[in-house]
Amino acid sequence: MYLSLRRPALLAVAAIGIALAGCSGQGSMRAAVKAEKDRNTAPSFTLKDATGRTVQLADYKGKVVLLNFWATWCGPCKIEIPWFIDFEQRYKDRGFAVLGVSMDEDGWETVKPYLEAKKVNYRVVIGTDEVADLYGGVSSLPTSFVIDRQGKIASTHVGLVSKSVYQDDIEQLLENRGQVAERTAPAAGGN
Amino acid sequence: MARWLSAPLLLLAATSLLPAQGNILTVVAPPKLTAKKNTTVTAKVAVQLRNGFHVNSNTPADDYLIPLRLTWTAAPLEAKGVAYPKPKMEKYEFSEKPISVFTGDFDLVTTFQVPASATPGMQVISGKLRYQACTHKECFPPKTIEVKLPVDIVN
Repeated sequence: MYLSLRRPALLAVAAIGIALAGCSGQGSMRAAVKAEKDRNTAPSFTLKDATGRTVQLADYKGKVVLLNFWATWCGPCKIEIPWFIDFEQRYKDRGFAVLGVSMDEDGWETVKPYLEAKKVNYRVVIGTDEVADLYGGVSSLPTSFVIDRQGKIASTHVGLVSKSVYQDDIEQLLENRGQVAERTAPAAGGN
Repeated sequence: MARWLSAPLLLLAATSLLPAQGNILTVVAPPKLTAKKNTTVTAKVAVQLRNGFHVNSNTPADDYLIPLRLTWTAAPLEAKGVAYPKPKMEKYEFSEKPISVFTGDFDLVTTFQVPASATPGMQVISGKLRYQACTHKECFPPKTIEVKLPVDIVN
C-alpha cells in the first residue's frame, strides 16, 4: 500500500493552512481549532481493526476524535504514540477517542506486534489509499485530524507538532470552545 | 491574517512549501559501462537527496525502518554486491538516539560479474532503488525507482 500522491490541489490546500498558521506567529505547524462555521464534515469510511471488527467513523458520533494517520516506519509518528495513549486514558470518560490509521504496506503482520509492544490502548485500523484520498491524499506522516462532536474536522496537523498543540485542540473541543477560538485566533480559521 | 493575498498567490505559496516526493531523491543517469566477458566490473550509481531530507541507510538500527536498497536483475550481468556509503548517525527531533541515515549526495557502487556466456553488444541492466525519506518532522511513503545502466559487453 502506498500513500496517494495524486492530489496536488488538496495538498496545496493543506499547505495553505500551514502557511497561514506560520503567519499567525504560533509556529509553523501550530494551528488552533477552526471556527465551527468553517469546519467540514470528516469523510466517512469503513475499515477493520486488529480483531477484524468493522470500524466506522460514525461509531464515534458525539465524541471528539483524534484521527491519526501513521506507520511503523515513520519516526515522528512514534513520538506521538505515547501522547495519544495518554490522551486516550485521560479524556476517554469525557467523550474522546483516538483512532489510529496505519498506512503500513504489510498491514497487521507488522502493526499488531508493534501495538502490543507499545501497549497502545486506542483503536487502530489498517488504512487504504482510498481512505487517505478522502482525507486529502495524506502525502506524509504523521497527519492527524481532530474531529469535533458533530463529526467535523476542527484542526489538521501535518508532520510532528508538540503534544500541547493536540492537547489544546482536544480540550477546546471537549469544552466546545470553538467560538472562543474564532474570536481569539482568526488567522487559524484558514487551515 | 493574509486576507490580502489572492487565491492564486496563496496556491503558489502553498505549492512551493510542498515537497514533491519525486524530487526528494534523484538518481543521476549512470554512464555507459564497458564490461569484458569473464571479468568483474564496477558501476557507480550517483544519488542526490534534497537538502533537509534523509533516507534510512542500508543498515537502519530499528527493524521497523525501511532500509535503502539497490537491487539488480540477474541478467545480462550478475550483481555480486553493492557497496553503500558509510552511514551518518544523526539525531533528529523525533529520535531518542541517533539513527543511521544517508543525506546529501552519495554513490552506490555495484560489482558485477560478466559471464563468459554473455552476449556481446549494447544492453541495459535494470535495477531498483528502494528508499524511504523523512525530514526532521515528517516521513514520506517508501518508494521504489527504476535504475537503468547501459552496458557494452565486449569479448
